[in-house]
Amino acid sequence: MGINMGICGDVLGKKDLMEKTFEPKIICFLCNWCTYAGADLAGTSRIQYKPNGIPIRVMCSSRVDPMHILWAFKHGADGVLIGGCHPGDCHYQNGNYKTRRRVFLLEKVLKDFGIEPNRLKLEWISASEGRKYAKVIDEFIEEIRKLGPLAMEQSEE
Amino acid sequence: MAKPKVAFYWCASCGGCEETVVDLNEDILKVTAAVDIVFWPVALDFKRKDVEALGKGEIAVSFINGAIRSSEQEEMVKLLREKSGLVVAFGSCAHLGGIVGLANFWTKKEIFENVYKTRYTTVNPDGVFPQEKTETKEGTLTLPKFYDTVKTLDQTIDVDYYLPGCPPPPSLIMSAVTTILSGKLPEKGAVLAPNKSLCDTCPRADTKPEKLIMKEIKRPHEIMADPNKCFLEQGIICLGPVTRAGCEERCINANMPCRGCFGPAKGIEDQGAKGLSAIASILGVEGEEKMTDEEAKKMIDQIVDPAGTFYRFSLPASLLKRKKMKEEVK
Ligand code: SF4
Ligand code: SF4
Ligand code: FES
Repeated sequence: MGINMGICGDVLGKKDLMEKTFEPKIICFLCNWCTYAGADLAGTSRIQYKPNGIPIRVMCSSRVDPMHILWAFKHGADGVLIGGCHPGDCHYQNGNYKTRRRVFLLEKVLKDFGIEPNRLKLEWISASEGRKYAKVIDEFIEEIRKLGPLAMEQSEE
Repeated sequence: MAKPKVAFYWCASCGGCEETVVDLNEDILKVTAAVDIVFWPVALDFKRKDVEALGKGEIAVSFINGAIRSSEQEEMVKLLREKSGLVVAFGSCAHLGGIVGLANFWTKKEIFENVYKTRYTTVNPDGVFPQEKTETKEGTLTLPKFYDTVKTLDQTIDVDYYLPGCPPPPSLIMSAVTTILSGKLPEKGAVLAPNKSLCDTCPRADTKPEKLIMKEIKRPHEIMADPNKCFLEQGIICLGPVTRAGCEERCINANMPCRGCFGPAKGIEDQGAKGLSAIASILGVEGEEKMTDEEAKKMIDQIVDPAGTFYRFSLPASLLKRKKMKEEVK
């Protein structure tokens, strides 16, 4: 799969999941042309934001397959953020609309899997919106903190 | 030379897979001429002790249909595994969990409550539930344990080959049996059906426009589908793009869309997620850029029961396998 297993395998280690202070693990799929650059800008502008997000750069938000999202949840992510270009700005014309449809449809399916649909978030963040990126990620982390750990481990029986 | 021994067994299944063996018609005589059937509960009077009496690996091939959801099924398939040279997962339920696998969207507790208590056709004022052990004057009665989670056959025992389909078509069964008996064994773990997707072999594929857009979703009973046009173009969800070929387009030829019983086409890890992605990608209308999130959600809401639609045959074999178990039932 397209996910960098090296990063995820380590960072998503479940060992500390149940410890008293719960630190949400968030996988962030960021479009190269907008949100990733926005996150970069947040960094170069030295805007402070919480470190719980693990960014994965994709060439378009529509590159994120629902399978990637489920994979992340299965392997210990407590939340998944997808950052794409604003309506009309997608470099591949309509990738972001496809992403929106997939996310809304997947949210309905997540409910049947017993996963709160708001553990999945889609945001439009442009390259100039470093501040928005920091705000979105900080708020999302707090939202997930309230929900608690996802701990998708399966019952054996 | 003694004929190779063959066994058929059923687990959590509907009986359709047994039916399809009978549907081999005259061909079944060819099978019985070539093999010695030593176990087949639905048709022949052999017992578990007859299987136990066999030597390790003495059965050449066991064809096992149905998913695994009880302790009895687990014991039986483990016994058959020990006694068999080869095990073939026969049909969607053994292969991927199948229709019965949809129970993984619930827990055992929820299923029991529904079936034995709250369903309006159930009368059970004392709230009696099936027990694994019941003491009676005459002695202790036992029932197999009912598991929370439906499993595929290969999540329970080692499986050599898979025969997909709900049920597998007779032609595919015959070619699998012939291949295995010829001794020219395919690579272990092979699904004994083509690696293409159903759209590749579908007679309607040519009518699929290059840029496919579903403006509206229709359920099969809502319209008279044009028998010559791709279902997707008609707004009917068809899982052909993500489903393995080999069924001889049974549903399509009966003017019904594919529901995915052959499982994921080669290379697809999660048929449900892929199907969901494929349908969401082609669903769309002009002017979507001006659509609010609410309007986009409304468009998506046209798809009734997406989890059941996309995971209809493959939930236990999917990435997440089942609904999250809450702490209290762990
Ligand atoms: S989507 Fe269905 S009807 Fe259309 S080509 Fe594929 S299998 Fe045939
Ligand atoms: S068309 Fe689809 S659902 Fe119907 S038999 Fe073939 S694979 Fe199964
Ligand atoms: S290029 Fe950014 S969402 Fe498509």
